[in-house]
Amino acid sequence: MSPSALDEVGFPEHHYLNAGTTVRSWLLTTDHKRIGVMYLVAVILALFLGGMFALLLRFEHLTPGPTYIDAVTYNRFFTLHGVIMVWFFLIPAIPSVFGNFLLPIMIGAKDVAFPRLNLASVYIYAVGAAFTTWAMIHGGADTGWTFYTPYSTTTSTVVAPILLGIFILGFSTIVTGINFIVTIHTMRGPGLTWMRLPLFVWAIYGTAIIQVLATPVLGLVLLLVGVEHVLGFGLFDPARGGDPILFQHLFWFYSHPAVYIMILPAMGVISETVAAAARKNVFGYRAVAYSSLGIALVGFFTWGHHMFVAGQGVFDAGAFGVLSMFVGIFTSIKVFTWVGTLYRGAIRFTTPFAYICGFLYFLVFGGMTGIAVATVSLDVHWHDTYFVVADFLFIMVGAALMGFLAALHYWFPKMFGRMYHEGWGLVSATLIILGFNATFIPQFLLGNLGMPRRYYDYPVRFQSLHVASTAGSTLLFFGFVIIFIYLVLALKYGRAAGRNPWGSRGFEWDTSSPPPTHNFEQLPVFTHGPHEYQLAPEVSNAA
Amino acid sequence: MNELLRNVLFLPEQASTFARKVDSLHYFVIITTMIMSTLVGLTALFFFVRFRRRSETQTTPLLNPPWWLETMFVVVPLAFFLFWFARGYTDYVELKTPPKNSMDVYVQAKQWMWKFSYPEGPNAIGVLRVPANRPVRLMMTSRDVIHSFFVPAFRVKQDVLPGRYTETWFEAIQPGRYQLLCAEYCGTNHSLMLGEVIVLRPDEFDSWLADQRRGRALQQDGAPTADEDVTRQADLVRQGERFAVQYGCVKCHSIDGSPHIGPTWLDLFLRREELEGGQTIIADEAYLTESMMDPRAKIVRGFNPVMPVFKGRLAGPEAAAIVEYIKSLRSEPLEQARSRRPVYEPIRSR
Amino acid sequence: MLPESHVQEHFANMEVQRQAARLGMWAFLGTEVLLFAGLFAAYAEYRSLFHETFVLSSRHLDAIMATVETAVLITGSFAVVMAHHYARSSRSGMTCLSLLVAVGTGLAFLALHGIEYVHHFEEGALPGKYYHFPEIQTAGASMFFSLYFLMTGLHSLHVIAGAGVLAWLAWRASSGEFSRGNYNAVEMGGLYWHLVDVIWIFLFPLLYLI
Repeated sequence: MSPSALDEVGFPEHHYLNAGTTVRSWLLTTDHKRIGVMYLVAVILALFLGGMFALLLRFEHLTPGPTYIDAVTYNRFFTLHGVIMVWFFLIPAIPSVFGNFLLPIMIGAKDVAFPRLNLASVYIYAVGAAFTTWAMIHGGADTGWTFYTPYSTTTSTVVAPILLGIFILGFSTIVTGINFIVTIHTMRGPGLTWMRLPLFVWAIYGTAIIQVLATPVLGLVLLLVGVEHVLGFGLFDPARGGDPILFQHLFWFYSHPAVYIMILPAMGVISETVAAAARKNVFGYRAVAYSSLGIALVGFFTWGHHMFVAGQGVFDAGAFGVLSMFVGIFTSIKVFTWVGTLYRGAIRFTTPFAYICGFLYFLVFGGMTGIAVATVSLDVHWHDTYFVVADFLFIMVGAALMGFLAALHYWFPKMFGRMYHEGWGLVSATLIILGFNATFIPQFLLGNLGMPRRYYDYPVRFQSLHVASTAGSTLLFFGFVIIFIYLVLALKYGRAAGRNPWGSRGFEWDTSSPPPTHNFEQLPVFTHGPHEYQLAPEVSNAA
Repeated sequence: MNELLRNVLFLPEQASTFARKVDSLHYFVIITTMIMSTLVGLTALFFFVRFRRRSETQTTPLLNPPWWLETMFVVVPLAFFLFWFARGYTDYVELKTPPKNSMDVYVQAKQWMWKFSYPEGPNAIGVLRVPANRPVRLMMTSRDVIHSFFVPAFRVKQDVLPGRYTETWFEAIQPGRYQLLCAEYCGTNHSLMLGEVIVLRPDEFDSWLADQRRGRALQQDGAPTADEDVTRQADLVRQGERFAVQYGCVKCHSIDGSPHIGPTWLDLFLRREELEGGQTIIADEAYLTESMMDPRAKIVRGFNPVMPVFKGRLAGPEAAAIVEYIKSLRSEPLEQARSRRPVYEPIRSR
Repeated sequence: MLPESHVQEHFANMEVQRQAARLGMWAFLGTEVLLFAGLFAAYAEYRSLFHETFVLSSRHLDAIMATVETAVLITGSFAVVMAHHYARSSRSGMTCLSLLVAVGTGLAFLALHGIEYVHHFEEGALPGKYYHFPEIQTAGASMFFSLYFLMTGLHSLHVIAGAGVLAWLAWRASSGEFSRGNYNAVEMGGLYWHLVDVIWIFLFPLLYLI
């Protein structure tokens, strides 16, 4: 069936969403698309829960001293905020939702390599979430998401169930990573060489490598903390000869690459959406592809930059600092590439493009403040202050979350066959970008002033910046609520999108929206790479 | 210019020699950051305007960057990053290297307060008095969990760990009061673990210190809390002498130079000692402390490894006091006294 | 049974399925290696900090018993290689038997190891705050035994898991499932067992011999 027949108002009769409508057909599905949708529901829940904790924290900060909660509650809230946002939202958001949905379609396969394992990963996520929720209801830990010893091994709050929840969740990440690596290696369609892969696939590939190699170390270190907390093994207890710094090394060995798990997929999204928005090939495909691998590799050797004032020697600081400078280069290659893609393009300003602009600005700003903290002497002042908080939130919220929203708005018609209201899309994008600046730029300034992190009470001279930041966060919140509303409405009332509303030459647009259960009526044969807009319109990969 | 930028960026006053250097690099990095991010954002918007889609059937040229442009994308940012790193790392190494003539202060952090001890002077809680224009070295340990010593006005921060010493130093450049904050989350009252650094003019500081040592312990800044070991003696050296007897050190270490089971403490400080295995060390504070915590690590040649372990038995300040006591044991005139061969006596059980 | 009927729907053919299974299993083995890597790093640090104590404590462990355990595990690995060979030759009886032998070696390993543990329990050489072994009281003594129990304990958990997998494969072999066209599962199970063996090969000298 040629693609043009479906171009118009056509909403396909049979697709993956209505192939089986029982609850059982969803709970036991091995269809990667349905699994992607289930993850979407899960991560949105996590986003709202983690976001709610963030708002609670910000409202507490309206005044120094007690505002409406006490110190222990505050400490528990920031721990839960971090744990939920990092592990239950940011890590799975793009890979487990969009990676799952799109990867097989983008490479011309019917499913991922291990579909049953894929389903298992959803249940593993759910079990991990259950333990964490249980812990939350029973008060939650007050250690911070970084669980530094000896505090985490000696506090009397509910640490072990949260550790267990995260440990279990780690398996979900590992399984997803293995699945993606094997799928990309062994299931590419005929003619799809590595250098013709969509850049989103390259990004997912780099991410999967990090997921597979880094997460086990997290599993181990959380296990050790749990064992020490519950059984008193003393691995990190100085009284028994233990070294608290060992914990930090093991923890950050995972947690630094983890931030690349969060940002690399978002970069892949931008590569796709910027090419589609500008209707132009990506300006330097190879550079972007290789830099995804570069980030994955070099990112493993920079963890010590979290420990410049931890008590390590100057040599360590030097080594980790220099390597951190190098890892920044891969990002700058990508930024120049994306901007170059716009040059002599044919750009349409849509909601995804609004998020692309936001992403570019936040990634450069946040990325360069990252370089700034890697400039060791500056970090001495900034470490453990709001400067660092703003730095990582610029990347995690400003860039990664913008990438998630760009993906959501770009692939919503592919996943559900309907379009959302474009006007409201632009309104909420504006609210979010403005709200974001209003929330986090004051936090850079708070950090410069010397306001430390995880402070329940604070000296009164910090108050006006805190109030400004809280005001911005409410704006941000409204932006998200609006998105949620119009997307849910679009599911039922949105106009039919047609196969390819963007006119994009990404491979996934060659099949219908929503796609059939087996992804294609006929498996594609690949004769060229994605996003080649210089070609005449009727050439596409569908046979 | 410095003042303008400092205010725009909400930086605190520059009250140490280190602060100025750090801030000048800060300005360079941050201004470049802001310029670059704005430039990128504006370029994207400009390109949108200039290259917006004019028709649905518009095609675009297939463009790839020439090799020199790609190289520039890599080399130019890398050059900036590495230059900043070189400046920043040099400053960092300087921060990690206290000058030889520094005045020492021992710091003990515990949940949720700071305690300061001067080697021959008073103790204080929450308030650290230092002279201006003299380098001050802080030797810090924690009683419980990790804390961090942070004085924003000095641009100085160093984590304080249990079970070992970390050190940092600063040289304050003007008298005044500067806030001290704990910068590593340490539990419920982490945000209440504040302190103050009072920088005095050098002459004022000297007279304050002399005052304190005249035994006016009750007028000290920090009254001992209920569970503290209350001693009328403010002097670390006398405290150290007490501990040396209390913990049994003097059973094996003589203080008058006579050979005994362990090396004599007379003139031990900064003595060159030869170890089992041939290497030579200088008996500085680090070595003395290590010998108490892990006696088997570096044993002086000719002595047996019979010293018990004091890790977990000696608290930070007690070990510090003993070190100060050892430092005070000097024979006149100053000469290198070699360790003589040991003499064995049956050890009576305690 | 036609070989091609074992191919799952989303794979093009059996060869792709086999490749995918192999790559997936190697990736998984990689994660296991990284799991233990953290413990090896901890061991390296504490050994350098408490060198003498670690040497003393290591000498106190039963190296003879551990050598026997090593021999037992290696036998198991050999059995698993044989099982792979028999599976490819469609000899289900021998496949089943070889797998059961491997399971047996796993259980024997655990039994011998258990004897070691009991001995340590009795003399008080236990991890962390439970340590009360009077013979070695120098700094870092409890640390050695914490690491010993953690590393061998985690390893033993993997032996149990591996034995379980092999037992399940033995049960499938007994019903004649494996043949020249369908022996993937045996190969994958065998790879896992080899990893469990290799981890022990590293643990053994580090804990018992040096």
